[in-house]
Amino acid sequence: MTTNLQTSTKTNTDVVFRTENVNIYYGDFKAVRDVNIEVPRHAITAFIGPSGCGKSTVLRCFNRLNDLIKSFHLDGKILYHGQDLYASDIDAVEVRRQIGMVFQQPNPFPKTIYDNIAFGPRLLGYKGDMDELVENSLRGAAMWDDVKDKLKALGTDLSGGQQQRLCIARAIAVQPEVLLMDEPCAALDPISTLKIEDLMQELKEKYTLVIVTHNMQQASRASDFTAFFNVQANEKGQRTGYIEEHDRTEVIFQSPKQKATQEYVSGRFG
Amino acid sequence: MAPAVERNTGMSYERTQTSRVVDNGFKWLTWLFGVGIGVTLLAIALQVAIDAWPAIQKFGIFDFITVARWNPVEDIYGAWTQIYGTLITSFIALLIAVPIGVGVAIILSEDFLPERLRQPLVFMVELLAAIPSVVYGLWGMFVLAPLLQGPMTWLHQNFGWIPLFSTPPTGRGIYIASLVLAIMILPIISSISRDSLASVNPALRQAAYGLGATRWETLIQVIIPTAISGIIGGVMLALGRAMGETMAVTMLIGNSPRPSPSLFAQGSTISALLANQFAEASGLQVAALMYAALILFVLTLIVNVLAEYIVKKVEIKKL
Ligand SMILES: Nc1ncnc2c1ncn2[C@@H]1O[C@H](COP(=O)(O)OP(=O)(O)OP(=O)(O)O)[C@@H](O)[C@H]1O
Ligand SMILES: [Mg+2]
Repeated sequence: MTTNLQTSTKTNTDVVFRTENVNIYYGDFKAVRDVNIEVPRHAITAFIGPSGCGKSTVLRCFNRLNDLIKSFHLDGKILYHGQDLYASDIDAVEVRRQIGMVFQQPNPFPKTIYDNIAFGPRLLGYKGDMDELVENSLRGAAMWDDVKDKLKALGTDLSGGQQQRLCIARAIAVQPEVLLMDEPCAALDPISTLKIEDLMQELKEKYTLVIVTHNMQQASRASDFTAFFNVQANEKGQRTGYIEEHDRTEVIFQSPKQKATQEYVSGRFG
Repeated sequence: MAPAVERNTGMSYERTQTSRVVDNGFKWLTWLFGVGIGVTLLAIALQVAIDAWPAIQKFGIFDFITVARWNPVEDIYGAWTQIYGTLITSFIALLIAVPIGVGVAIILSEDFLPERLRQPLVFMVELLAAIPSVVYGLWGMFVLAPLLQGPMTWLHQNFGWIPLFSTPPTGRGIYIASLVLAIMILPIISSISRDSLASVNPALRQAAYGLGATRWETLIQVIIPTAISGIIGGVMLALGRAMGETMAVTMLIGNSPRPSPSLFAQGSTISALLANQFAEASGLQVAALMYAALILFVLTLIVNVLAEYIVKKVEIKKL
């Protein structure tokens, strides 16, 4: 059953994710409707939009993390290199091994820095040189120099910005194909934020990135494509999110087709 | 302080005198309670030691601990039977109750069961703690022992060559006391473990799942290690309870003064000894009983120190 996913990723297409008429529900509540986007390979796609419009919800569908929520279900299709992620023969655990995630709040394990990084590779039965992998992952997250002398220190004792970079290092240690980041800089100061943005530029050489951000400068600076999410209340007062506009980042920020996009990116949004 | 800006809020920006006094008072009160606990503990230990002094002088430490002889007629005392009984019943009780208790805690803290089933189960396990120990004693005597008589006899007949099963089971003995103890400490272990498992930050679970861990990998490698100090704390509390439990054990263990390697044999524990003899004791026997109590006290202390040590050891993460 897991072979499906693996063989399909061998035929790497330039479109990593394609969603087809995806509607996402929490119980009876339709949280997001009609999601039709493509996420291109080796690029950064940013999700922007007002709070509660379903950015995190959509992001978490890409690695099936929403499976943990009992009331969650979706219809439509999310294709990962042409393979339906929610097909019955797909193993969610397998999906998450290839599609990594960095969360809004840094969430290192209460283990050493070393063990935080080694956690994923150990799960996958990595047989190679673990020390080297840890070093490379930390270098990849631009924090090797910060922590090379204290790999035995607890990951939870680092500063917030370092913790977030540790979480990025932990995510890239399993060498996923895609990295999903949900407001990775929300808890960080401007300097750490810039560091992580630089890091994202490096990461996109190897990985495909999808980030959620509330920071307009960040989206315009760091991303190649931008999806603007909006939200609309129905007659029962349920607020359902949808994608208002999705295009190259320059287009979204300089010449958007929709008035709502224009208003949102210029900060004139209600 | 004079307000820098004119504000028209009707709010008071200064702390009232009462608020300060209450705050300070609270600090002192907690300090007092803290010291009070320590002083009470020391006072009890000291008093017990003073009362035990004649026996300590007469029998020494090594003899008293290693000799199995409790003879009020000749006034010769050695508490090995009771010390062994205390340790073995507690140990067996833990051996049974820890896996079950932690297992129950895991089932009740993960979403294995629907909420409708989970709540009553939690309630029932916690209710076990509310049953008086004399009821446990009676239940052990009149329900559990008859029920186990058959299987235990079979064990003795077929595996009697193993010292643990070398005597025929009667209605009382070490095995039945241990089993009832296990049930008695189960709610302590499961409810404390459940609380510490449930208090693990859900973000850690998401992190583990996000890296491709399965439910069990997450549980074993992240959730349980994070909650381990709470779990060990619960186990130690349960062990303390098991070592000190008096009523049910006195009713079930048989109160034999002779030690036996067999679990089916009757035995004794320090608490049972005290409960049985204290009322009618006099002279050196009182001192000897106090000495035994002091040893129970020290055993409990060792267990707690050991627990601290284990928690520290487990919490230091391997590279
Ligand atoms: N676990 C859940 N159960 C039920 N409803 C949920 C759940 N998670 C999110 N929702 C609802 O789904 C909608 C979208 O939430 P989501 O977290 O995706 O928004 P968001 O765009 O990420 O917002 P923010 O920018 O504030 O993070 C909201 O109305 C929210 O209340
Ligand atoms: Mg969000």
